[in-house]
Amino acid sequence: MAFSFDTSEIFETIHMISEENLDIRTTTMGISLKDCVSESTKTTCDKIYDKITRLAENLVPTGEAISKEFGIPIIHKRIAVTPISMIGEACADRDYVAIAKTLDRAAKDVGVNFIGGYSALVQKGITDAEREFLASIPETLASTELVCSSVNVGSSKAGINMDAVAILGRIIKETAERTASQDGLGCAKFVAFCNAVEDNPFMAGAFHGVGEGETCLSVGVSGPGVVLNAIKGREHLPFDELAELIKRTAFKITRSGEMVGREAAKRLGVPFGIVDLSLAPTPAVGDSVADILEAFGLERCGTHGTTAALAMLNDAVKKGGAMASSHVGGLSGAFIPVSEDAGMIRAVEDNSLCYDKLEAMTCVCSVGIDMVAIPGDTPAESISGMIADEAAIGMINKKTTAVRVIPVPGKKVGEMVEFGGLLGYAPIMEVHPFSSKTFVERGGQIPAPIHALNN
Amino acid sequence: MSEQQQKAVITVTGLDKKGIIARITGMLAEHNVNVLDISQTILGEYFNMIMLVNITDCDIALQELVDECNAIGKDMELDVRCQHENIFRFMHQV
Repeated sequence: MAFSFDTSEIFETIHMISEENLDIRTTTMGISLKDCVSESTKTTCDKIYDKITRLAENLVPTGEAISKEFGIPIIHKRIAVTPISMIGEACADRDYVAIAKTLDRAAKDVGVNFIGGYSALVQKGITDAEREFLASIPETLASTELVCSSVNVGSSKAGINMDAVAILGRIIKETAERTASQDGLGCAKFVAFCNAVEDNPFMAGAFHGVGEGETCLSVGVSGPGVVLNAIKGREHLPFDELAELIKRTAFKITRSGEMVGREAAKRLGVPFGIVDLSLAPTPAVGDSVADILEAFGLERCGTHGTTAALAMLNDAVKKGGAMASSHVGGLSGAFIPVSEDAGMIRAVEDNSLCYDKLEAMTCVCSVGIDMVAIPGDTPAESISGMIADEAAIGMINKKTTAVRVIPVPGKKVGEMVEFGGLLGYAPIMEVHPFSSKTFVERGGQIPAPIHALNN
Repeated sequence: MSEQQQKAVITVTGLDKKGIIARITGMLAEHNVNVLDISQTILGEYFNMIMLVNITDCDIALQELVDECNAIGKDMELDVRCQHENIFRFMHQV
């Protein structure tokens, strides 16, 4: 048969992988634990361990084989489970931390690097068991290594549960204190959500939604470096042409994820879930979303114009990716974590990017305030205020928003904190000094917004 | 294209030298791999080659074939990659 490829396309793919950090960021196996519910914590734990290790036994070797055969790196293999607050609720001797330790052990035994789903959905109210669950989060994050936790506190349909928001501020502080010897690393494994999605493959917010099936395999792609390279040196291109270029690039990136996802699902004998079309940066040079925004023509990320640039980037990535995959889901867009993006870190160090600008950017990016290190003495109520602000942005704009902040014990504005690996490093950012205490202490529910009269 | 036929793309880049193709095709023949097409260019001293091969009857697993290619690359100081064709097919063909 005739040579069916354009040779330049082959070298383009190879260049993307070897020079521009194109990779599959994560293959995440979703596993339903609904059938593990029992009246005893021990039985529940045994069932959970058996089910995870049985279904995910081949997840890591399969990922490694695919990575080698197709010549594309697959960085993470992960597991997402049904929100644990529900799975442990029926136990007469309720012990959520014991379940967390079981998840940690199962994750280590199958060789994945994170397991998500130590989660609760409390956007409208909190059950007695969920209250216990929330209280268990700091101990879980301090006593396990691979367990990631998330709590949904609001939605466009339910409004914002301000009781939960108040609790989460205290939980984040306590988690930071319990992991003080690692600069509050526990907080990097916790996300507060509004409009949480049920099929997100990215940590720390991944969980297997209650509406999902028995199991599925989802993929998160990456590739800020590829987009950067496509637009670099084209300063005079008008925005519509720039958007077109980003769409084409996003299409190719997403196709690689679609291929890996389908192949992995087939080999594991599980249904293919979704491709999350995200631009997920890493601290590596050239693998930065901030660099893309600067390539739009901004001297530093964070300056005037940054929000518009991010809005266009996010939308173009979605448009390009949507056609490339049969099932798109998750968070899908550009991530703007600070500590995991060398360009964002530089922008903070140069005083171009402040917390408030970051918050404005979250109105148009795919998630929210992500991996932001703040002073260790930030009051819990201020953190609750940050969560409330982000949840409000998500609730009104009908999008997912999140907060993952780390109040680093003992550190002050301008100091650096090193989390290591892909979690990166970050300068401590300044937060507002005025109190939100009385506001947060009100409690209750911010009512769901009206879904008409859109202005 | 029949569903059963499995193909891989082998790419070689680096400084030109004698015996590159001989070395690679020799290894492929040993493992019962048939070469379907070759495209080669030399720009100055730089050697670029792409080879489409049929691995349906290959007597080793694709992962091992990748290792063999990498080993030749290391030995000859070239970048030799072997990848299943689907990565290229998916990315560039709608």
